[in-house]
Amino acid sequence: MAMTAAALEELLRAAFGDADIEIHDLAGDGDHYRAVIRSAAFAGKSRVAQHQMVYAALQGRMGGELHALALDTGPK
Amino acid sequence: MTDAQETIRRLVTENPVVLFMKGTAEQPMCGFSNQVVRILDHMGVEFQDVNVLADDDIRNGVKEFANWPTIPQLYVKGEFVGGCDIVREMFQTGELKTLFEENGVTLAA
Repeated sequence: MAMTAAALEELLRAAFGDADIEIHDLAGDGDHYRAVIRSAAFAGKSRVAQHQMVYAALQGRMGGELHALALDTGPK
Repeated sequence: MTDAQETIRRLVTENPVVLFMKGTAEQPMCGFSNQVVRILDHMGVEFQDVNVLADDDIRNGVKEFANWPTIPQLYVKGEFVGGCDIVREMFQTGELKTLFEENGVTLAA
């Protein structure tokens, strides 16, 4: 199972409207991504909480359609 | 609470450091699990490894337990610390060492 970088970015944009988002396709297989996300929504949140917000934005695809998504999150 | 949730709760409260992972500490079956094992080994932390590939109830249950969709998952004194990215970042900044020290976890060297 795989997902395009564009589809991934679209889901993230929908959840974090203000964010600076960079998506890197690590293996070129549509299955291993790294996302760098800077959003005001992350301010004051723990890393675990920030990543949980991203996983929530992905609506259950993480661990299913998306095997590997390395996350680098932080406030803007 | 289902049996799996109760089993997980017991594992993370009865062992100071628990790593839910794919494979075992001796033989990790996934690169992300392997990275966390290597960090813990490097720090000289004793931990209980739980191979989620050996038990589907635990594998699914642990995702629900911490509201976290991926494996590996590291717990210290019953608290969810994070997955591979967070553990690696905390190791690099020294926060992981502080966390272990604050929780009375012995580090070698």
